[in-house]
Amino acid sequence: MQKKHLVLGAAFAALIGGVFVPPPAQAQDTIYIPLFTYRTGPFAGSGIPIANGMADYLNMLNERDGGIGGVKLQVEECETGYDTKKGVECYESVKSKKPVVINPYSTGITLQLIPKAAVDKIPVLSMAYGLSASADGTNFPWVFNPPVTYWDGASVFVKYAAQKEGGFDKLKGKKLGLVHLDAPYGKEPIPLLEALAKEYGFELKLYPVPASEMQNQSSLWLNVRRDRPDWIYLQGWGAMNPTAVKEAAKINFPMDRLIGVWWSGGDDDARPAGDGAKGYSSLDFHAVGTDFPVIKDIQKYVVDKGKSQVQKEKVGENLYNRGVYNSMLVAEAIRTAQQLTGKKVVTGEDVRRGLEQLNITEDRLKEMGAAGFAAPVRTSCTDHNGHHKVFMATWDGTKWVKSSDWMEPIKDKVRPLIESAAKTYVESNAGWPKRTEPCDKSS
Amino acid sequence: MFYREAGQYKTSYAADQATFPILQDRIGIGIILFVAAVIIPLFGNDFLLQAVMTPFLVFALATIGLNLLTGYTGLLSLGTGAFMGVGAYACYKLTTIFPDVNIIVWIVCSGFFSAAVGVLFGLPSLRIKGFYLAVATLAAQFFLSWCFIRVPWLYNYNVSGAIEVPQRSLFGIPVTGPNSAPVTRYLIVLTIVVVMTWLASNLIRGRIGRMWMAVRDMDIAAELIGIRLLNTKLLAFAVSSFYCGVAGAMMVFLWYGGAEADVFSINQSFTILFMVIIGGLGSLVGSFFGAALIYILPIILRFVPAELGVPLNAATVEHLTFIIVGALIIVFLIVEPHGLARLWQIAKQKLRVWPFPY
Repeated sequence: MQKKHLVLGAAFAALIGGVFVPPPAQAQDTIYIPLFTYRTGPFAGSGIPIANGMADYLNMLNERDGGIGGVKLQVEECETGYDTKKGVECYESVKSKKPVVINPYSTGITLQLIPKAAVDKIPVLSMAYGLSASADGTNFPWVFNPPVTYWDGASVFVKYAAQKEGGFDKLKGKKLGLVHLDAPYGKEPIPLLEALAKEYGFELKLYPVPASEMQNQSSLWLNVRRDRPDWIYLQGWGAMNPTAVKEAAKINFPMDRLIGVWWSGGDDDARPAGDGAKGYSSLDFHAVGTDFPVIKDIQKYVVDKGKSQVQKEKVGENLYNRGVYNSMLVAEAIRTAQQLTGKKVVTGEDVRRGLEQLNITEDRLKEMGAAGFAAPVRTSCTDHNGHHKVFMATWDGTKWVKSSDWMEPIKDKVRPLIESAAKTYVESNAGWPKRTEPCDKSS
Repeated sequence: MFYREAGQYKTSYAADQATFPILQDRIGIGIILFVAAVIIPLFGNDFLLQAVMTPFLVFALATIGLNLLTGYTGLLSLGTGAFMGVGAYACYKLTTIFPDVNIIVWIVCSGFFSAAVGVLFGLPSLRIKGFYLAVATLAAQFFLSWCFIRVPWLYNYNVSGAIEVPQRSLFGIPVTGPNSAPVTRYLIVLTIVVVMTWLASNLIRGRIGRMWMAVRDMDIAAELIGIRLLNTKLLAFAVSSFYCGVAGAMMVFLWYGGAEADVFSINQSFTILFMVIIGGLGSLVGSFFGAALIYILPIILRFVPAELGVPLNAATVEHLTFIIVGALIIVFLIVEPHGLARLWQIAKQKLRVWPFPY
């Protein structure tokens, strides 16, 4: 009896001890890419398809091409549950394994990692989320948020509304509502919308949804019914989106006037509202569906071989493809870094240069098997975003359909705001490091 | 055999009333402090310091804070998260308004703001008890969370609504902000926690602590023997909130390095309350046990499959961790409803008579 206890105790102690022993040094012939994902918690509905898409594309590169430039990718997921605390924990635990890029997949986690990125020399890729101001490469050399910022998205929403109303001058006196998650993510577009409201004379109505009330929005939509806004922009995430769309359908809000940001465009966001969601549009910057060679390759090399966690019929859904798109940017950044440095096994510092010199042209998209999947992406040392074009995807009752042309954000309004916001950020964080990283000549 | 105080004679009152009257305890605490202050900073990697030890100490301090209120004074509070938030936001405002004052001074001072808010929301405690008081403090939780989101002055009108920790140094060494080393931050947290735990242990052994416990055991009797209920209860709220406020300020400044209002939500309050209950109501060492079980155990469990070489994906591990921690909490509560502190006491008793259980 006693002996048994002793053995058990010793085993337990060894286990605990083992946890804190630093992991053995990485084999130097792989590139380590941690993916921060959330397959648990209230945001899992949005998190699972993205996680699958990100992992599947990288695994497909491993299976099909043997990695990037002949170097295998070591992909590892870390579960954050969309919780900032766990995200930081994930970051600390992967830091020692020399990741080449971090995908935080949460605005909250991104905000925490922005100051750390420059210190630890690990670039942060917050693809179309995170801090809008971090598009300013002069002040945020280690943070990247291509292809668009939330401010670009909101400006396209205003532009689209103006188009439908018949010109920007027709916006005067109209009411534009913003239904947003009451968290840093949801509040991001407010400054831009306020600036545009002043510019074009429309009235901005804010409808914040606290994270604890995501699935209980009926009182909020009563307010919407009272205020009768002409257009509504939805900046929601997770369980908030389907609830908002359902509630909008319930109060008979005209669906063609409800526009979601790209994160509100999941298939599972629109589906629960049934026919009521028909006509609901969301912004998007990549295509949906499986009719692209790259998605076919994922199916062939990864999904059909059972190496993915995705359900087969969910491949090609909007958020799945978003994950694929995210991984494409990562892979292209690594490829660019390899070209720039001539090294095979690149480090975080190299990939930062790669992200800065990202130039995915139409030709390159074709090579990747993604012609028509997305618009070309280009970043520079000063512009870490590019402010690229987006389009409207409309829900037809069963799937998302592209319903507008590619639309340019109102760049001349967004960019000055970004630069001034970046300046404010730097000023309020005394001791913010000046950019010392040299700028590569664009190739 | 190992833990027997026989033969240790006390020759002065001071020796008799020492915090650790038994030699073995003094040796034990010495070893623990040596490990915490020397071995861990020297040999621990960044992950251990930054993601395990610092949070553990921060949670332990918050748990001590709530334990003073709930465990020692018998007042149930669900506002811990909010009181921690008051400390964090107060520290943020103070250090941005007066950037030249040492940050550690502000971390400790922010506790006073939290204490003031705690007293305010403690006022109903004179009239209501038990579950009703819990509801009143719940109001504090919701009201303060609302303030953290809706009063832009608190986060200096930051666009994202989050507070970001600026860099501050002590003797030229950065202690907050991204450039500070995890070791520096850990040592500061450790110092603050050790000093404040020592203060708490003296507080509860003295007149004030006895007043609190008298109120806890029977407030009418306490009133009859001359204890003023209002003062005593409000003092408990003030001291408890002070501890929570300092813990909150440390959490943001020495651990997170920035936070959004969501950090100080009702979930935080529940987490701390569970730490108190599982650690043991009315026990300081229990506060450390509780914080360790709830915070460190899931981290260890998350690494177990990888250690054993079982290929499980991240989400499954997360689900398993939830299940195991939940089950363990129930098991501990069934085995010992008075918390881990009581188990520790039993273990000490066993050690004392070992190997002759008579």
